[in-house]
Amino acid sequence: MTTRRSFLKKSLAFSACSFASTLGLLAPPKVFAEWRVENFKQVPLEESLKRLFKDQKITESKDIEIKIPLIAENGAIVPITVSSSLPGVRAVSIFVAKNPVPLAVRFELSPDLDPFVSARLKMAETSEVIAVAETDRGFYSARQLVKVTIGGCGG
Amino acid sequence: MSSIKIRTKRFEGKTQIRTLITHPMETGRSKDPKTNQPIPAHFIRELKLSHNGKAVMNCQVGMSISKDPYFAFMLKGGEPGDQIKIEWVDNLGNKDSEEHVLK
Repeated sequence: MTTRRSFLKKSLAFSACSFASTLGLLAPPKVFAEWRVENFKQVPLEESLKRLFKDQKITESKDIEIKIPLIAENGAIVPITVSSSLPGVRAVSIFVAKNPVPLAVRFELSPDLDPFVSARLKMAETSEVIAVAETDRGFYSARQLVKVTIGGCGG
Repeated sequence: MSSIKIRTKRFEGKTQIRTLITHPMETGRSKDPKTNQPIPAHFIRELKLSHNGKAVMNCQVGMSISKDPYFAFMLKGGEPGDQIKIEWVDNLGNKDSEEHVLK
């Protein structure tokens, strides 16, 4: 039962709450981006790069190292390590050029982490793997062709 | 039991964090070999890493990551007793988290 008193109490609490949230006291600080469906659509690689990086210029760089087997026997598990000696790397994205959804993973790194990430990829077929590092000074990429002898999609 | 395993190793002022997550990571494109029915997509979408309660990494994951995903990161610093937390959320809204204390 809602009495007048409890109603007043509740409404007061509610307004205090909403006031606090408008000040950003309750909401966590938004530093990182959210998962977006448009970044993970089935599109060709160029389109995927464009969606994620808009019209930013991406330069090839030798300072990004991709460690991946050149011939993957099993496309379902391809271990990859991306490391970089570039300063101020904010994010590292990994693309598999010929996968239906090229963007495999995007790591957003805070300055507390070194630009050093590992993961395991699925690869549908022989394809280039592209790593893009976002730094304060611009966007840099490196690529490596990986031969797949057995496909990763039940093939 | 948690679906997340965390292993850490400290060396030269850095901490390597490795994690192995038990998850099917279905792309939504493969078929069940017995029934020939498509298997619906089921994959981890977001992965978060925090160090002593501070978010240090956020990761947006796609279908191109292998089943039972493995990730590794390198943390600058890290002292014994520091807390590492890893959380994931998948496309069906399932989530899990695991905490680990550095040795």
